[in-house]
Amino acid sequence: MDSDEDFMSAVSSEDDILPDDSENEDMSGGEDFDDFDEPDPDLGISKDFGQRKRVAYDIPFQVYKPADIQKQQDELVNEVNMILDIPKGEAAILLRHFRWNKERLIEDYMDRPRQVLEASGLALEPASLPKLEVLPGFMCDICCEDGDGLESFAIKCGHRYCVDCYRHYLAQKIKEEGEAARIQCPSGGCNLIIDARSLDLLVTPELTARYHELLNRTYVEDKDTLKWCPAPDCPNAIECGVKKKDLDKVVPTVSCLCEHRFCFGCILNDHQPAPCELVKRWLKKCADDSETANWISANTKECPRCGSTIEKNGGCNHMTCRKCKHEFCWMCMGLWSEHGTSWYNCNRFEEKSGLDARDAQAKSRVSLDRYLHYYNRYANHEQSARLDKNLSQKTEKKMVQLQKESGMSWIEVQYLNAASQALQTCRTTLMWTYAFAFYLARNNLTEIFEDNQKDLEMAVENLSAMFERPVTELADSKLKVELMDKTSYCNKRRIILLEDTAQNLADGRWTFNVELTGSAASSGPSNRA
Amino acid sequence: MSRSFANKRLAKELQKINNSLPPGIELVSAENFDEWTLDIRVLDDNPLYRGQIHRLKFKFGTTYPIEPPEVTFVNLPDRPIPIHPHIYSNGIICLDLLGQQGWSPVQNVESVCMSLQSMLTGNTKNERPPGDEEFVRGNRLRPKDIDFLYHDNTV
Repeated sequence: MDSDEDFMSAVSSEDDILPDDSENEDMSGGEDFDDFDEPDPDLGISKDFGQRKRVAYDIPFQVYKPADIQKQQDELVNEVNMILDIPKGEAAILLRHFRWNKERLIEDYMDRPRQVLEASGLALEPASLPKLEVLPGFMCDICCEDGDGLESFAIKCGHRYCVDCYRHYLAQKIKEEGEAARIQCPSGGCNLIIDARSLDLLVTPELTARYHELLNRTYVEDKDTLKWCPAPDCPNAIECGVKKKDLDKVVPTVSCLCEHRFCFGCILNDHQPAPCELVKRWLKKCADDSETANWISANTKECPRCGSTIEKNGGCNHMTCRKCKHEFCWMCMGLWSEHGTSWYNCNRFEEKSGLDARDAQAKSRVSLDRYLHYYNRYANHEQSARLDKNLSQKTEKKMVQLQKESGMSWIEVQYLNAASQALQTCRTTLMWTYAFAFYLARNNLTEIFEDNQKDLEMAVENLSAMFERPVTELADSKLKVELMDKTSYCNKRRIILLEDTAQNLADGRWTFNVELTGSAASSGPSNRA
Repeated sequence: MSRSFANKRLAKELQKINNSLPPGIELVSAENFDEWTLDIRVLDDNPLYRGQIHRLKFKFGTTYPIEPPEVTFVNLPDRPIPIHPHIYSNGIICLDLLGQQGWSPVQNVESVCMSLQSMLTGNTKNERPPGDEEFVRGNRLRPKDIDFLYHDNTV
């Protein structure tokens, strides 16, 4: 028990040092925040949409620091503590048991308090409190020990193991697998979750800190509207009301206080304007071998008789298959003997024998060309964004240098930083426009899209070229103004493009050449990337 | 976790195995506590496995039995890899029991052998898993690092 009280007191002390941020206060204020399944907060979000109607790609979200998260948990615990009149430590256990769904907890508890307490491991009778026992004739099924005085433990399912094995098991779960609130009984096929009181009894001191850290995380992990910022070492969580089923309509990019921009739907880095499903397909396509097969069919031909794959790397059109000695014409794939006297100059076109082979090949060539067209541009922007990133590290130095040489103040050289930021964001957006376009079926809107894409691309290239000039030139006030103009033009083009794609996506006006939702589940093993 | 925990348990298991094993399961070698080999065969006359004996290799980590052992079939001239929709032709087995999620520390070498034995006995499909060829050619991962999808509960 005392560990839970520890957790509570730690919370309240942090509470005190939390700066009184009125905006945070507003968002985290108990009721209108914690249950996004209810209709009420949904209205809040659509209202928010209404206010920001001008920017369809901009999704409302809120960043929470660890102290905010703690505070929200704390408020929920306090509330349950007051309404149900149970100690705070137990309220926390109950809330975790109910996956932080306060309404359900209160309702269930009002209906049948005994069952609720029992199910979450908070048995009332002291006799059924978890304890270690020494039973005569006991043998542990894990280590096969059966000595006298062997301490053993079992939860309600009665699967009993020695304390040592139980602790080994918990250490594995907590330390290696990061589980805490929902560790199951070690017995095979027994799904009973080990309750909090039993864990308090069994978790060894060196694991306590980790155990409580993991427990606190359940708050974010249990809520669909909360997600951790995936940036390394970032402790913040982000709240966003976009649901999984909406991901074909919206690309919910959020950005953390640590400046990491990511997609709330799939946790990957920002991939506007392409929807999550397309991103998933695109990345898979780029990673797997599917285009190798296309290359083979586009650049090789198969012997019309035995089917061996042949790449022609020189010489005349009179082919003799090495395997089956079949003689044919490389150009028309027809029999060589049919060529008669038109040696080495195939000018026959409509002969039936070669038609089918050419058709199939033309198809894979078009498909490969199409993929490579988009892939090359995608990869190019990806690489440029990486190079620009190196450049931005140099920008820091540039800015210092500029301050020294021209006597400008720190604030006056910020335009370099702004330019470098704009370059990177716009490159990322451009990169994903190509993946997006790959899956886009042509209609009237694609032309507008391609114009927007072209405009942004030109703006970015212009800015990029200018940005690479030596610092001494950039210090010139005329160039400075020009650079600032170009920077803001880039940002504006990006917003126009995102605005257009997001609006059409929300209205369902794009047509894709793949299914955007409900991709068939793949069978067999899926190797981790 | 110390090696001794695993060793102690394996020593106990070995003692029990040396005393008796269920029919159709035989210990081939257990020279150390890292790797054991056993032979299993199907007891009824399932035409798919009639007259065949299969060699199993168990590899134990230091965290055994808290974590599952690595179990694969070994291909030898007189020990074919059994044909089964959950067994790849390189001997890798797709069985939830052997994965992080399905494993329980109460399982042991004998129980794993029996599970595999019954998995073969109950099988009527003369086929490899879907995508076997591609998987066998492309896989560079240890069995424990493969993310199997345990979606098929029929065989």
